Amino acid sequence: MARVLLHNLNKMFDGVHAVKDVNLEIRDKEFVVLVGPSGCGKTTTLRMVAGLESITSGDVLIGDTVVNNLPPMDRDIAMVFQNYALYPHMTVYDNMAFGLKMRKFERTEIGTRVQEAAEILGIQNLLKRKPRQLSGGQRQRVALGRAIVRHPRVFLFDEPLSNLDAKLRVQMRVELKKLHTRLNTTAIYVTHDQVEAMTLGDRVVVMRDGVVQQVGEPLELYNAPVNRFVAGFLGSPGMNFAAVRVSGEKDALRAHKPGFGIEVPPELAPRLAPYVERDVTVGIRPEDLHLSNGSDAAGLCFDAVVEVVEKLGSEILLDLQVGDQTMVAAVEPTVRAKRGDKLRFVVRPDRLHFFDKASEAAI
Amino acid sequence: MIEGAKWRRWVFFYIPLGVFVFVLLFPFYWMMVTTVRPDSELYRPWMAPNYTPFWTLHPTLEHIQYLLGETLFSTWMWNTLLISIVATIISVFCGLLAGYALSRLHFPFAGSLGTGIFITYLVPQTLLFIPLADIIRNFRLGDTPWALILTYPTFLIPFCTWLLMGYFKAIPRELEECARIDGATRWKAMVYIVFPVAVPGILSAGIFAFTLSWNEFIYALVFLSSPAQKTVPVGVTSELIRGDVFYWGPLMAGALLGSIPVAIIYSFFVEHYVAGVTGAVKG
Repeated sequence: MARVLLHNLNKMFDGVHAVKDVNLEIRDKEFVVLVGPSGCGKTTTLRMVAGLESITSGDVLIGDTVVNNLPPMDRDIAMVFQNYALYPHMTVYDNMAFGLKMRKFERTEIGTRVQEAAEILGIQNLLKRKPRQLSGGQRQRVALGRAIVRHPRVFLFDEPLSNLDAKLRVQMRVELKKLHTRLNTTAIYVTHDQVEAMTLGDRVVVMRDGVVQQVGEPLELYNAPVNRFVAGFLGSPGMNFAAVRVSGEKDALRAHKPGFGIEVPPELAPRLAPYVERDVTVGIRPEDLHLSNGSDAAGLCFDAVVEVVEKLGSEILLDLQVGDQTMVAAVEPTVRAKRGDKLRFVVRPDRLHFFDKASEAAI
Repeated sequence: MIEGAKWRRWVFFYIPLGVFVFVLLFPFYWMMVTTVRPDSELYRPWMAPNYTPFWTLHPTLEHIQYLLGETLFSTWMWNTLLISIVATIISVFCGLLAGYALSRLHFPFAGSLGTGIFITYLVPQTLLFIPLADIIRNFRLGDTPWALILTYPTFLIPFCTWLLMGYFKAIPRELEECARIDGATRWKAMVYIVFPVAVPGILSAGIFAFTLSWNEFIYALVFLSSPAQKTVPVGVTSELIRGDVFYWGPLMAGALLGSIPVAIIYSFFVEHYVAGVTGAVKG
């Protein structure tokens, strides 16, 4: 059990600054997910924690020890790789036992630990097989088993579910969560999939271009993103953005553009006041757009034309044309809409996000 | 398999394949027939009425008996075997370490070093034997098996290094990284994980190296002189062609028997060998 501390961590690759001044504290027993688009530095960060990548500057601490110059074997960590990295010439048992053998454990102890891990993962009957005789999901379990037999202080996961098909991925996601609850060990998990990040993480770290954008609990990130990137990255379908102009007086500000305009709710007015007669970006999540029943405040309503109807079952996605802008609305599955319909939508005032146009920071 | 009409399959598959197989196997057939053909048939003029070049009705073992009894063929076989095996072991061992280092370790000039090694492989032996002869003479190794055991690696090591380098590159890096996290040092990860996974590549490097040394001619011709030290290719050609007299029967018998060890090795490891050359790593 241990906390992991990243202090001013930097990585340069042949002149590319892949990780920039990352500061992060991962608490003991916490499950932290690093998420971001490919090339954002999340995997490099993880590999620096693992000791597979040298650290250009800054420190990595596991427990209270600076591990910068410790080889991977001495960091007491276990890592699960995207392609599982099972040793193809060894049986499942030997794969799981390898780490313990290298650490010179007693044979009986190795046997007990492998059995125990196999039971947790439900792979007792596969122990004699070779990796190539296993399905993707089974290989994934073996890779997990190999990590947990060692009882490491920290688990590192590098996109462990990306090679599985969609259904299995959802199933393994739940199992991973259960496993973490059961083992109660610090875990760092890297993924590019925001759904995995939101469902697995106690806290989520969103990264872009080597820089940490925001750290927080999943819903905190979802409801109060600090910038336009985080807002757009989390949520599916993504947040709608529109460039609008702020105008009006102190208490009656409007954000508008041709074909679209809403009143700025009073609680947001003080923050938007400096932006009067300037352009800002408004962000509205698809599920925060509702069909107006006529009794809504006129200032929060706007008209839209339906372009595409996507019937997902649990909800319906409407691709809308709003002025010169496209937006997506997620509406109840009972809504009957077809292409070309002109509908009136209302936004929830407390769910509006405004971003500075230049810095993209939340206002 | 080629799809479509039967004639297409014949024209594009069976007939070219047949021609290919014929061209490859006919020399062996010729070798075998000549080996068992009595001298009276061998030296029969082609216009003679009972001239049958492609088969014989009176097979004989006299050429093989002559080869084994009257020449030093068994000594040559032993020499060749010893030299090939030792040279192969040295070359595969060096190639293994060099190939691993060049494909996995980051050090300055790794790329240019790799290219450099390959370029040495491209220098023709027919040029290289001149300076090598000087070295062999200076070290007084002439006419000993060491002359070949130490010179064959000059072309075998670059070859093995390149073949294994390619093979190591095909092995996922994560395997090794995982081993190192699991508690293995770089050396242990190499010995317990990378090398076992690379067995097909190592085997094919070994088979190739063995075949190349087994068939090598020019170094053996230049560096060895006494009949008792010779290898099969040199021994057979120098002792069974006397002046302009070709002892066709024993010559072909020597060629046939000389190719048997290589054939056996290939047939044993053919599956590994194919996997090694195509670089397939099953995960």
